[in-house]
Amino acid sequence: MRMRWFTILALALAIGLATAASPFASASPDGLERVAADKAFLDSGRLANVQEQAPVADYAVPGVGDARVATALAGFAGTLVVFALGWGVATVVRR
Amino acid sequence: MHIPDGFLSPEVAAACAVPAAGAVAYGLRRANRELDERRVPLLGVTAAFVFAAQMLNFPVAGGTSGHFLGAALAAILLGPWLAGLVLSVVLIAQAFVFADGGITALGANVLNMGVVGALVVGGLMVAARKVLGRVGSSRGVLLAVAGAGAWLAVVAGAAATAVELAISGTVPLGTVLPAMLGVHMLIGVGEAAITVAAVSAVLSTRPDVVRAFPVSQGAMA
Repeated sequence: MRMRWFTILALALAIGLATAASPFASASPDGLERVAADKAFLDSGRLANVQEQAPVADYAVPGVGDARVATALAGFAGTLVVFALGWGVATVVRR
Repeated sequence: MHIPDGFLSPEVAAACAVPAAGAVAYGLRRANRELDERRVPLLGVTAAFVFAAQMLNFPVAGGTSGHFLGAALAAILLGPWLAGLVLSVVLIAQAFVFADGGITALGANVLNMGVVGALVVGGLMVAARKVLGRVGSSRGVLLAVAGAGAWLAVVAGAAATAVELAISGTVPLGTVLPAMLGVHMLIGVGEAAITVAAVSAVLSTRPDVVRAFPVSQGAMA
């Protein structure tokens, strides 16, 4: 398979998963959150100041009424942003 | 396993940030030296896949979920140092864009979810080649290393997290370590399954881009 097609296919899979599957992911606390709740230190966690203005807090695009659509959009956009960042870093450091 | 700000003392956060930054800086140097043209898109795609898969929390026991971390997958595809770099890209985006994982805790998160697991898997790959010779980098052995390494990476990251929380005075080690290990020994099984499936898919389509696979070694020397 040509590298270009491999890249497109793998990126499409990542975007597809982040968009179509993320709204149906488990909403239960993850391992660390569960332990933090059980052992009573969850409340010591807080957002940093810069995170109060995070554009897509909690993986939900703001202003979208349907929670599942908000999550799907966050997955779609986030995967593209991370792909661009990774590609960009790799391109810059190779110079 | 993203640590938010407030869980760690400033001293522990700083003590984690130093080795994390060092590992990422070394990853950048390695990328500069050994990243050939084919691996530039692979680095982007690996980061994108890790981000996407991290969103897919799967249920484990009793109202708890787990999610993919990706350090093992990235280490097998790109080598352990570039894997640390990939995870730092993902974690920086998550912290600043999605408010997931703290800012002062970023170093600890890069260490726990990236560097520690990547080095565990890197060590396993080296050990497999030393003990088994050429067979040590065959497809079968590589998939076994992927599975075992992925599980170990999650458990090691959970242990590191527990130790950092304990040194910070947030929770006693005797309380947090068994709890973190218990739940992440389950989550690690999911990590292993996803890692083996992904490595297997890449080996079937583009084995030459897999850092740990012999046909690509010539390009890496």
